[in-house]
Amino acid sequence: MKKLRIPQAVIYAAACLLAAAGTVCAAEKVVVEGSTTVLPIAQKTAEVFMGNNGDIDISVRGGGSGVGIASLLDGSCDIADSSRAMKDTEYEKAAAKKKDPKSYVVAMDGIAIVVNNSNNITALAKKQVKDIYTGAISDWSAVGGPAGKIVVVSRDSSSGTYEAFGELVLKGEKVRPDALMQASNQAIASIVAKTPGGIGYVGLGYVTDSVKALEIDGIMPNKGTVLSGKYPVSRPLFMYTNGSAKGAVKKYIDFVTGPEGQKIVDEEGFVALE
Amino acid sequence: MARIKEKAYEWIFTALAFSSLIFLVGIIIVLFKEGFPIFKAVKAGDFLFGRAWYPTYEPPEFGIFPLVLASFWVTLGALFVCVPLGVGSALYLHEMTSFRQRSVLKPMVEILASIPSVVYGFFGMMIVAPVLQDLLHIPTGLCAFSASLVLGIMAAPTVCSIAEDALSYVPKSFREASFAVGANRWQTLTKVVIPAAGSGISTAIILGMSRAVGETMTVLMVAGGAAVIPKSIFDPVRPMTSAIAAEMGEAPMGSMHYHSLFAIALILFLITFAFNIAAELISRRFRIKLGHSG
Amino acid sequence: MKTKDITQKIGFAALFTCMLVTLFFLGAIIFFIAARGIKVISWEFLTQIPRGGMTQGGVAPAIAGTLYITLGSIAVSLPLGLACAIYLCEYSPKGIFVNIIRMSINNLAGVPSVVFGLFGLAVFVKFFGFGVSILSGSLTLGILALPVVISATQEALTAVPHSLREASLALGATKWETIKKIVLPTALPGILTGIILSIGRVAGETAPILFTAATFYTRRYPDSVFSEVMALPYHIYALMTEGTHPEEQTAIAYGCALILLVLVLAVSGAAIFIRQKQRIQNA
Repeated sequence: MKKLRIPQAVIYAAACLLAAAGTVCAAEKVVVEGSTTVLPIAQKTAEVFMGNNGDIDISVRGGGSGVGIASLLDGSCDIADSSRAMKDTEYEKAAAKKKDPKSYVVAMDGIAIVVNNSNNITALAKKQVKDIYTGAISDWSAVGGPAGKIVVVSRDSSSGTYEAFGELVLKGEKVRPDALMQASNQAIASIVAKTPGGIGYVGLGYVTDSVKALEIDGIMPNKGTVLSGKYPVSRPLFMYTNGSAKGAVKKYIDFVTGPEGQKIVDEEGFVALE
Repeated sequence: MARIKEKAYEWIFTALAFSSLIFLVGIIIVLFKEGFPIFKAVKAGDFLFGRAWYPTYEPPEFGIFPLVLASFWVTLGALFVCVPLGVGSALYLHEMTSFRQRSVLKPMVEILASIPSVVYGFFGMMIVAPVLQDLLHIPTGLCAFSASLVLGIMAAPTVCSIAEDALSYVPKSFREASFAVGANRWQTLTKVVIPAAGSGISTAIILGMSRAVGETMTVLMVAGGAAVIPKSIFDPVRPMTSAIAAEMGEAPMGSMHYHSLFAIALILFLITFAFNIAAELISRRFRIKLGHSG
Repeated sequence: MKTKDITQKIGFAALFTCMLVTLFFLGAIIFFIAARGIKVISWEFLTQIPRGGMTQGGVAPAIAGTLYITLGSIAVSLPLGLACAIYLCEYSPKGIFVNIIRMSINNLAGVPSVVFGLFGLAVFVKFFGFGVSILSGSLTLGILALPVVISATQEALTAVPHSLREASLALGATKWETIKKIVLPTALPGILTGIILSIGRVAGETAPILFTAATFYTRRYPDSVFSEVMALPYHIYALMTEGTHPEEQTAIAYGCALILLVLVLAVSGAAIFIRQKQRIQNA
């Protein structure tokens, strides 16, 4: 019976495909993983970098600062993107696994407080932002706006942006539990853009025309104020490597921190290093 | 030699046949092994009924009650959409279409049941949420209500397909007997066919519920994601599945947060396990009642 | 008109409405995605790599990734599912083991997809150390597709008339020879339908590959089973939630959703209509 050949052929074909795929391994591979804030920088620089270096393959994943660092310690990625500095507990884990993470600052970032374009508020004090996020204020009229419920939008409690925001603005207090917890900067921006009473916080790179960034303590978040340190909610963005960068990893990190990479940082809306 | 070969094949098939069982047991073991350590840090009662989900604070709080409740409400809401739509459509297919129409419509419904959940989530995020927000003047369209609506629409074809199968098991003689005593088609449907197929239809509803409670991408994209006990159906919520999908990427392996997400998955698994067992028991009884075996 | 006839009219009208509403919503989903997705679909979109920070170019690596993971998962689920169905239909003595196997298949079919994702993460990615890769994703999705393959194969095997088996055995063929030369070839169309059906199911799954296979951006096509890949369903999610150019990315997401929809609907459509035809023939 010839008919039987077909399923066998399917199995063989699939097996051969996988096996063939398994044997060919040409280019040097670099895996970059971590913070969704750093993701656009990593993606665009990788794209341009690979255009210049055909023999190096970079793949870029999001996931979050925590997972990036965990993967770096596991050895499942080569570079961990992080929007916060590594924590002491993470350094302890690294020591236990005999890993020696090295940090590279790749850009500066301001966390902009954004509201809907229809909102007439243009500035808030840092204290007011804190009260809104902790729940002490829940109506726009309490901060000089039109009466209306404030829809608080926050990053997932485990993201690096959230941790930076918590440290810089909330000073360790908790975000009200009814805040919309979103998995990414872009989700926050798009919700605030569609929600008249919304308030959110996003990396500077995510501020577009569809939302309005607020002055905080009288300072507008922009590249100048972040770089000079005047804007109160800003932070450095990191790439971590295991030990000092070598080979392809070093080439890529040099590219990111070099003039071409920093130009991309600027284009993507973040603040290039001087 | 031939006998040995025969035996060998039988043994291979027998061994491989247990793969499903092995995977199922494997899933249970993994969930217990990775989920249980959380109960060293938090009491089971505090975990299940705690009202605060702050997994990354110092000290962290692991109360999943808001997440469980969110799954419950969203699933309940989805039932209000998918039961009338799904069962109604099944009754329509069964009662009001010719054989030819049915042989086109039924496959169409089954094809629609295969639309990927991420597409539903995308549709919910781009179309349903903004429309509802404008229409109902709610602060945000990403809420329990939208999630229920999208989930309900999503589960309707599944419910319809299984319920129609159940209806088609009802013997013709039941209907003929009913017509013979002067009942019209509607009376026959409501008084004879539906009760006869009742447990089959319940199976369909339970399986639809099981799909809704375990659905991930749709609720992740549409439910809003606030880990709070909802006060109204227009509040954003964070069902168990979306908490797992959103936070697993951020939880360092081996941390309490990581274990707590596995513990949530364990609870989720037990819930759907119970649903499936219930569905199976009911459908078995149903087949015996109508004189089908297997 | 009698009351009972009026009730009947109202009742049937209500049922008709249910069907109409269901089809309307599903039609609306397909319509919106087709209308907006078609604008970005072009030959370049299907064959190019993403460019310009995920705002230009195509999604070819995501399409390829989805194909790889799907094929890989079939390579896992097909042999296991086939063997399991053959055991249940041809060898199994009735008894407690068979009931346990049936029960585990039914329950496996009901496990939420995100739980499969966690299982894959803990077992394949971490424990076996396959990392985030095609291999981990294929294994995870293969287990998820197993019940679909088993039940379709079972249906196909059951439809093979007993007289064929008996004729073969009477001619002196052994049981395995009968299965190999008579039963499987006869059941082949049904088995293929099951495989196609599981392709449709697997290609659209997102949650199980979230932690096991998917990546946001890679330029090249995978060069080994240990490569992580872009995948269409994950790409839709990622475009909506990551990156700094929401408008352009939303347009691309519509394009991806349309490709995925066409792929899945075509594949399942084919399988379901073939199955329908077979069922009518067998009935």
